[in-house]
Amino acid sequence: MKNYFSKNKDTLITLGIVAFAYVIIEIMVKQGAISSLFKGLLVPLCAYVILAVSLNLTVGILGELSLGHAGFMCIGAFTSAFFSKLTVGVINPDWLRFVFAILIGFVFAGLFGFLIGMPVLRLKGDYLAIVTLAFGEIIKNLMNVLYVGRDSKGLHVSIKDAVSLGLEDDGQILINGAQGITGTPKDSTFTAGFILIMISLIIILNFIKSREGRAVMAIRDNVIAAESVGINVTRYKLLAFSLSAALAGVAGVLYSHNLNSLMATTKNFGYNMSIMILVFVVLGGIGSIRGSVISAVILTLLPELLRGLSTYRMLIYAIVLIAMMLFNWAPSARAFRARIIAKLPFGAKKALNEEV
Amino acid sequence: MAFLSYLINGISLGAVYAIIALGYTMVYGIAKMLNFAHGDVIMVGCYTVFSVVSMMHLPVWLGILLSIVVCTVLGVTIEAVAYRPLRQASSSLTVLITAIGVSYLLQNLALLIFGANTKAFTSVVPIKAVKIGDKLTITGETIVTVLACIIIMIVLTLFVNRTKAGRAMLAVSEDKGAAQLMGINVNRTISLTFAIGSALAAVAGVLLCSAYPSLTPYTGSMPGIKAFVAAVFGGIGSIPGAFIGGIILGIIENLSKAYISSQLADAIVFMVLIIVLMVKPTGILGKKIQEKV
Amino acid sequence: MKKLTKLTSVVLSAMLAVSMLAGCGDTASTSAPAANSTDNSAEASAPAASGDAKTFKIGAIGPFTGDAAIYGLAVKNGADIAVKEINLAGGINGYQIEYNSQDDELDNEKSVNAYNALKDWGMQVLVGSTTSGCSIAVSAESSADNMFQLTPSGSAADCIATDNAFQVCFNDPNQGVASAQYIGTTGLATKVAVIYNSQDPYSSGIYAKFAKEAENQPFEIVSAEAFTSDSKTDFSVQLQKANDKGAELVFLPIYYQEASLILTQASSAGYSFKFFGCDGLDGILGVDNFNKDLAEGVMLLTPFAADATDERTQAFVKNYQSNYGEIPNQFAADAYDAVYIIKAAIEAAGATPDMSVSDLCDAMKAQMSQISVDGLTGLSMTWDAQGAVNKAPKAMEIKNGEYSLIQ
Repeated sequence: MKNYFSKNKDTLITLGIVAFAYVIIEIMVKQGAISSLFKGLLVPLCAYVILAVSLNLTVGILGELSLGHAGFMCIGAFTSAFFSKLTVGVINPDWLRFVFAILIGFVFAGLFGFLIGMPVLRLKGDYLAIVTLAFGEIIKNLMNVLYVGRDSKGLHVSIKDAVSLGLEDDGQILINGAQGITGTPKDSTFTAGFILIMISLIIILNFIKSREGRAVMAIRDNVIAAESVGINVTRYKLLAFSLSAALAGVAGVLYSHNLNSLMATTKNFGYNMSIMILVFVVLGGIGSIRGSVISAVILTLLPELLRGLSTYRMLIYAIVLIAMMLFNWAPSARAFRARIIAKLPFGAKKALNEEV
Repeated sequence: MAFLSYLINGISLGAVYAIIALGYTMVYGIAKMLNFAHGDVIMVGCYTVFSVVSMMHLPVWLGILLSIVVCTVLGVTIEAVAYRPLRQASSSLTVLITAIGVSYLLQNLALLIFGANTKAFTSVVPIKAVKIGDKLTITGETIVTVLACIIIMIVLTLFVNRTKAGRAMLAVSEDKGAAQLMGINVNRTISLTFAIGSALAAVAGVLLCSAYPSLTPYTGSMPGIKAFVAAVFGGIGSIPGAFIGGIILGIIENLSKAYISSQLADAIVFMVLIIVLMVKPTGILGKKIQEKV
Repeated sequence: MKKLTKLTSVVLSAMLAVSMLAGCGDTASTSAPAANSTDNSAEASAPAASGDAKTFKIGAIGPFTGDAAIYGLAVKNGADIAVKEINLAGGINGYQIEYNSQDDELDNEKSVNAYNALKDWGMQVLVGSTTSGCSIAVSAESSADNMFQLTPSGSAADCIATDNAFQVCFNDPNQGVASAQYIGTTGLATKVAVIYNSQDPYSSGIYAKFAKEAENQPFEIVSAEAFTSDSKTDFSVQLQKANDKGAELVFLPIYYQEASLILTQASSAGYSFKFFGCDGLDGILGVDNFNKDLAEGVMLLTPFAADATDERTQAFVKNYQSNYGEIPNQFAADAYDAVYIIKAAIEAAGATPDMSVSDLCDAMKAQMSQISVDGLTGLSMTWDAQGAVNKAPKAMEIKNGEYSLIQ
């Protein structure tokens, strides 16, 4: 038992932090000590944490730059919201329907991750990045022209416009092109989000430690060396990529079941969002799962905290982002930080450790 | 006849992509970074011309000149402040994120200074449209953009291959460390690259807004992304590749709008890009990089 | 020792995260002025608040940054002008209005955040959101709180699906049908082309209804071409198709930025269509530096024109220009009207600021089907049980660089 703890100390600490934060926030919510703004942010926060963690699997562990992560989120969001809309009132109770919705988001996003990963992962570096961006945009674009309706004769699908669905008078449009899906049941709760974060963390942290995870990291560090010791490069790359996509799908489920009106725009499922998630990952530290969690939380809260600045809000946000990047990652800034820490009492050892 | 007309319009759209892509590819080729703020430098260039020509009523050539100066200074400053400190950072992704930050910064600055209202840009191209038959029209902007593109492409190629500063760029792009050992000032070379790239952005901005005369703080971002795609299409880092990539992208976009679906044109463009990269993983004119153990 | 420092760093980062969370809760609650934000804290923390210090708190939501900032800022400023006017004139039922506006970046999720931030501030009535998608997303929240919501410009039919939500603008189905009927009955053309933005719910919504109504009208849609938000600069293909199919009139259910490009490109390609648009086209003459000759003869069905000669519109336009340096568009007028509609509803209900949000909403809801409001965007506007507005659309034509009413 003791052995188990010491082996998995890092994982347990990360899970502990999340659980601790959850308990504190739950207490605060129960006490009514939390603003409506923050209460409303809890579910999106969970979704972003899952997104950041899942992208870190691709960027940090697999070592490939993906600019299309929001596309997988989009798949998860739309498939699950569509499912929930179809089965509202059919599957009871609500939580059971939500569990199914999560599974559907997971499976479909993972499936697309697998299908897209097959051709994409043959490419390298920035070319891979641009192709993932392209796939993300294609998914968003297709979602915008997809019309699905239901009437007494069954389901109708069109990729032109709502008129060509040819619905009967009793028909109901389920996916209305650019207007997306309206009226998804609001099933996402903070507790559900928390549980999903925990599950994602456990899956990813265990994956990293597993035989497969080590194989993936070996591929990241040196493909040729990994190949030469008999690692099936394609298989492991695909595995990590699909897993990452599937978890992004779960985040999409959480996202879509929190909003009454789900549309695929550049902002939420386009390259803007993909880049946003990448910012979480890079700022939190590439490969550091815990860092991703923390930076996703901070960067989601930051623009909301700046609301008091009104029109200057996004400007300040941009400046803070640049400053944080420079401060965290510029070699000169790091050296400077190390010097400052060394001057502090009891900091000398820490600085030494950092250098090691 | 209709087809020819679609084709010409496609070329004119593609020429705009191409001229932006030239700046992208220049910076990428030498500094090895995706400068996501490139599109926004273009927007700054447009606003400069707009302020000088339409608001202060000064001559057009002065507007273009000032816009080139402003963009060059801006580009070099951005590089020195935001990108250079991260050049030695452990991951090349950090500088990508900073570039995104710079992009947000420029957009929001423009929003505060010029407001959100659309400005109609007055074309700076004095040439009238040429009519062939009664259905074919080639606008003056198309002619100028294509010509400018070809001239810039030739000048850049000559500059990079024939001059000392240009060869220093090539050296830096091959191997920064080795170039430094050979006595090349890497920082200065990269600064120069950004200066050229940003001056090109100013020219691209003027032509972009002459062809599509609507100016907002977000004018540069979508053409920026498309031009980036064009650059990758042609083989990023390759100067003729950017030109070819841009033109082909414009043609595909217009033809798929015309013959397949105007709603799915973007998806089709991206699909073609993916197919090209599957067949030629480094783009049409990209160099194949041999992997070493 | 190494373990210890590692542990401290973990604890520190955890504390940072938690303090951020707590900080969020704190700043938000302290930034909300202590006045009547919640029922019990109002009395407790604002002892000085006697009857006359109480205010109605109106909040507005829209995109103030990003691609659609132009609409959100117009709503923000238009409502602001109305609030100032009303306050100067003595407020609503003798109570002053406090006004706050929040950015949603044209993102449904951010719009909900903006709504929650306004709730923390103590908002009692909402003017928003500016756009359809955001409005729909917010209406789910506002109906749960039973807060009165009046969207100035969210035009999709779903915006008013909840019973606490009302519209100032025409809804999309309405506009599409009205446009088709207008073109049909006046015999403007027999062959019509449509260019619309398939990614914009407003535009595709109008198009869908227009196409359906066109079947009953004596004209034919010869080409319907879409563009997307990602490629909205080049319209050569759409225009050429319209020309090849022999269209006489091009229907543009889109916003004026793209329309200004379409007009420019049609002119440089030498096409001579008649153009017909909806309320989104209003503002086209306000585009800085736009060559107004191109817009000559463009017709639009809109409830508002900045060049209208009535006294109120002129005062509003003057006021807006001196404050914000721009000519107001229809969004600003909608928001301006929204505040006056809220005033009318509150006055009719005889409501006071010390009522709870939900009571206030019930009181106002009951009055909405009763009142009739004269605004910039329509005279004697009334509301049906669903929350949609009834007002007469005005058909305008641009003549000599000005909007003029077609009788």
